[in-house]
Amino acid sequence: MSQPLLSISHLTKKFGDNVILNDISFTVEQGEVIVIIGPSGCGKSTLLRCINALEPIQGGEIALGGDVIDRSANNLPALRRRIGMVFQSYELFPHLTVIDNILLAPCKVLRRKREEARAEALTLLKRVGLLEKEHSYPRELSGGQKQRVAIVRALCMHPEILLFDEVTAALDPEMVREVLDVVLDLARQGRTMLIVTHEMQFARAIADRVLFLDGGRIAEQAPPEEFFEHPKTERARQFLNMFEFDAVKSPREAEQPAACGTAEQDRTGD
Amino acid sequence: MTVLNWEFIAKYLPLYREAAWLTLRLGLIGIALSILIGLICAIVQYDKVPVLRRIVGAYIELSRNTPLLIQLFFIYYGLPKLGIRTDPASCGIAGLAFLGGSYMAEAFRSGLEAVDAVQLESAYSLGMTKWQAMWYVILPQAASISVPAFMANVIFLLKETSVFSAVSLMDLMFTAKDLIGLYSKTTECLFLLVVFYLLILLPVSILGSVLERRLRHAGFGA
Amino acid sequence: MPDLGLEVLWKGKNAARLLGGLWTALRISLISVAISIPLGILLGVLMTRKNRVVRALLRFYLEFIRIMPQMVLLFLAYFGTTRAFGWNLTGETSSIIVFTLWGTAEMSDLVRGALISIPKHQYESSEALGLSKAQTYWYIIIPQTIRRLLPLSINLITRMIKTTSLILMIGVVEMLKVAQQIIEANRTASPNAAFGVYLTVFLLYFIACWPISLLAKHLEQKWR
Repeated sequence: MSQPLLSISHLTKKFGDNVILNDISFTVEQGEVIVIIGPSGCGKSTLLRCINALEPIQGGEIALGGDVIDRSANNLPALRRRIGMVFQSYELFPHLTVIDNILLAPCKVLRRKREEARAEALTLLKRVGLLEKEHSYPRELSGGQKQRVAIVRALCMHPEILLFDEVTAALDPEMVREVLDVVLDLARQGRTMLIVTHEMQFARAIADRVLFLDGGRIAEQAPPEEFFEHPKTERARQFLNMFEFDAVKSPREAEQPAACGTAEQDRTGD
Repeated sequence: MTVLNWEFIAKYLPLYREAAWLTLRLGLIGIALSILIGLICAIVQYDKVPVLRRIVGAYIELSRNTPLLIQLFFIYYGLPKLGIRTDPASCGIAGLAFLGGSYMAEAFRSGLEAVDAVQLESAYSLGMTKWQAMWYVILPQAASISVPAFMANVIFLLKETSVFSAVSLMDLMFTAKDLIGLYSKTTECLFLLVVFYLLILLPVSILGSVLERRLRHAGFGA
Repeated sequence: MPDLGLEVLWKGKNAARLLGGLWTALRISLISVAISIPLGILLGVLMTRKNRVVRALLRFYLEFIRIMPQMVLLFLAYFGTTRAFGWNLTGETSSIIVFTLWGTAEMSDLVRGALISIPKHQYESSEALGLSKAQTYWYIIIPQTIRRLLPLSINLITRMIKTTSLILMIGVVEMLKVAQQIIEANRTASPNAAFGVYLTVFLLYFIACWPISLLAKHLEQKWR
């Protein structure tokens, strides 16, 4: 196989003395969908932010198609435009309409013609079911709609790889599906994606490979069936168990008599 | 209380008009310069430019913690001793810009800081350069957040021009004081003084509250 | 080293006279603030009342005072009252009256702003906890109001001190007037005195206001 699209080797990230990412190495091939999961604070989001050079790193190297991503490099904007990123909090630009949000970077950064870029944007908006929102402002959209616009905005830059940072975490439950469907659709088109999520079923459905991050290290790396059915590490087993609720029984019936008892005691106490 | 002497008022109205025009002209130039200084200082502080931000910080503290009248006295009577000579009009403008620059800087800076830092990251992740992100994403949002403080500063600075007479500029205060001394038609002179300041300040004040209300209702929201 | 004209400060009692002038300005501002704060709190609370007439009257007072330059207000008090009511107010009395009227207007607006900025659910949740109206105010509303109000009221003091520089224009002998006298008296001996003396006045005002501003900023950040 040729050179991987994204390669990360020995990445180390610290906040002061606090090690967030510890010697992380992995590669992403063209067309691959990688889902990163792990407990809160394991460094998942920080990893994505490092790839997009939003955080300085203290060791190792990140390269996109052979070009090293360096925060101090002059060509950083050029590298970043090859990476699309979607944020948990959408981060649409509130002073611009949907279409202007989408076209700002293609027109100002890539210097594309507005009409031509707009035609593409409308095709994509239609695909995510938001064609009629072209001239709406972000404040007029629901969370799920905003996030779909944010995805279209990233796509219009024709990125080589897409980073999704917990894109459904801020959404109301009934809106999660509409966003995940869009991401599934992108997977079907063969897009290269790196996804951080807490939606386990979605992870299982979309991933080519699952990275389980724990304490700043890659604790486990496996195809989804293998990871979800037969996790190798104890930490992964514990983590996956947190999403199971079978063991919980309603305590109400058992406690009923005791509750009555205290109420009676109170009355006599008066 | 005496009835106003309209003949006197009609006679000296042009004098006041002239003075009001001077106030307005110097005030607007001073405010324009304040905006420029304020914008530069706010960006220096927002961007945390080393060394420069310390200088800007010191300037802001000095300017905000001293009265305009003293600043004017220093520029007009003190600086010529070092060979820096200004005519009254330039002195008034310079003083107003020195004072206003820091007030505008604070207004713009709080606007800039109110824009979520993730907006900047979001712009960067679309491949924008620092200046593109600043110009297309951060500044437009910061500007609309700054509008109320900005308008308050405009009114404040226009009011502050009332000390210009101290450096022998023939503004409204100067004219009023002069005429009171000459003719002792105090009521008429003060009446004209109030009316002319209202004519200058009321429209700005109304514009300010209209803008503020409009922004509050049609705000960007989350 | 060019002649900065600083030597006049050490002549005779010049330095002490300048400080005396500063004290006049500070005294006037402190008296005005001391009266303004309780009056302002009273008016501010009244402004949140439902009575339309009271609100309209207060609103008019507030808007007029705030839109007029303080210089104009000083002129009205100093020259106007003589003419209209036959009072012959000294410059110092007129300035205390004007600064108190101005300070009260500013303070009442701050109080009103702080009161209406307390979210309604603060009242509701304390009611839901079973607190009485008096308890709600004492434990919930007043502490929060004070936190918002205190930094702004402290700032009002610096604004007041800066404003007192204006009293020169109605003939009160304060620091700037003393400075003028010193410069005038030493015109031949120290021709450059204007630089040194006005610089000193500038710095003295700064020294008077800066610590108060810092305190206000500190409290604001601490209680944000």
